[in-house]
Amino acid sequence: MQGVEHRSHAIYTEELAKRYGTTTALAGLDLAVAPGVVQGVLGPNGAGKTTLIRILATLLRPDAGRAVVGGFDVARQPGKVRPLIGLTGQFAAVDEDLTGQENLLLIARLLELGRGSARRRAAELLDRFGLAEVGRRLAKTYSGGMRRRLDLAMGLVGEPEVLFLDEPTTGLDPRSRGELWDMVRGLVAGGATVLLTTQDLAEADRLASQIAVIDHGRVVASGTPAELKARVGGQSLDVRPAERGELSKASAIVAEVVGTADGGPAERDGTITVPLAPGSSGTEALAAVSLRLGHAGIEVTELGLRLASLDEVFLSLTGPQHEGGSE
Amino acid sequence: MSPLRAARHSLTLAWRSLAKLRHSPDRLLDVIMLPIVLVVVMVFLFGDAVAGSTHSYLQYVLPGVAVQALLFASLGIGAGLSTDLRNGIFDRFRSLPIARSAPLIGYILGDLVTFVLSLALVFALGAIVGFRTRGSVPAVLAACAIIMVFAFAASWVMALVGLVARSPASVTAFSFVLILPLTFGSNVFVPTGRLPGWLQAWVKINPVTDVSNAARGLMLSLPLGGAVWASLLWALGIVAVFAPLATWAYRRQA
Repeated sequence: MQGVEHRSHAIYTEELAKRYGTTTALAGLDLAVAPGVVQGVLGPNGAGKTTLIRILATLLRPDAGRAVVGGFDVARQPGKVRPLIGLTGQFAAVDEDLTGQENLLLIARLLELGRGSARRRAAELLDRFGLAEVGRRLAKTYSGGMRRRLDLAMGLVGEPEVLFLDEPTTGLDPRSRGELWDMVRGLVAGGATVLLTTQDLAEADRLASQIAVIDHGRVVASGTPAELKARVGGQSLDVRPAERGELSKASAIVAEVVGTADGGPAERDGTITVPLAPGSSGTEALAAVSLRLGHAGIEVTELGLRLASLDEVFLSLTGPQHEGGSE
Repeated sequence: MSPLRAARHSLTLAWRSLAKLRHSPDRLLDVIMLPIVLVVVMVFLFGDAVAGSTHSYLQYVLPGVAVQALLFASLGIGAGLSTDLRNGIFDRFRSLPIARSAPLIGYILGDLVTFVLSLALVFALGAIVGFRTRGSVPAVLAACAIIMVFAFAASWVMALVGLVARSPASVTAFSFVLILPLTFGSNVFVPTGRLPGWLQAWVKINPVTDVSNAARGLMLSLPLGGAVWASLLWALGIVAVFAPLATWAYRRQA
């Protein structure tokens, strides 16, 4: 039973379960993550995302089921798993009373790098994460974005094969968020596997190649972002008239062509959006709307078909009781 | 995990405590500020009343103030552990391939250095205002050692408080409730015989009384009675009870 298991997967869980008292955090979660990808784990608050990460990072023992990281069972061989992983927490676990450089040195020394190599590694990471200038300042003087980058750098000191990012961009401004995304992409390009939990649909859409949507401790849907969108939302049609004054006329035409069974047209910021009935032909609807608008003499700046947004997918999968959206 | 590697991890984490202290020495000042202020206030306001002269009162009170200062210094570990647990630093340590007990031991080792610095500071300030030891060098060192051993024992109690409390703020509140009767309900400031009878009963069983008697006796070459043994037994007893409890509470977090 001590052998290497599921080597073809960077992360593998089977029927993983965890309860806290009467609360079920994980209720038989199955997940298989191939090496070298960003796996998004998407779910509302309380869905079990953090519990999943804590189990995979050997911080928590599952009640039932099993979890394998890098070929080793996290409950039976945590000592074999720990050298392989890096953890970046939800609350940016940096020591605020140390400088950025000391934070990195601390981890490097704990990982038993020699004095010289620890210094080199710290300097290299500060450099790579744009913290070289502030490396000698106390972490408590850092901005949110700098702190998060330091947190990520600390998770990378040991050059982990598998990196866990628990809501890494919560509370970051859009620019810092974009920078962090770029860094994560760089890591994956270097061969690492990243498991990313997020409530931010845009983040999952932009960063993850595979997404597992979890709710009530279970995977309720999984696939690529495009697959998830196609599977749930189907298509919708967008029309943006050139003249705002023609919105209601255009809206009436769209309603007439598409019908109002699936909710009818909704207008937002000058764009009319209407969901298409499952199985109906998008191209036919598009051609008909185009023709009718032409007859009516209404010019448009935008006219097109698109898949439902991940937002729409998320809400339909996790039910309306959660307000898990990011917008 | 070999003991050598565990020791290395613990030392690295002790280094962390010292690096923090280097960045904000005011932490150290915080914990010994109260005893220092007390020295000044007690000696100059009450010195005449209690001992007949400020100079002789200073000789009486300073060894006890050193005990008090170190007890306050031992409070730091509780708030430190509690903060580390809440903000996720401990999770990071526990996800690393290091000895399980290293963070806890590292804290305690770091505390020992803090104790040495606090003692040095209290006696340096004491010397400035006129404290003069009459004991031999080994006796003074023995006094310091006894104070340190007792503070080391107190660290385990504070560690337990830090590990089970809900937040760093409640750690501080609870530790003060714990430590004030111990330090003020002792003969640190006023000889036992001059206290009201109801308080004497408590003062006599309070271990801080034994420790300050031992420190005072050794530093001023006074008769010791059983104070040294009583102090060491108390320290041993506290460690025997609270080190396993703190270790248990620590592992429970894992």
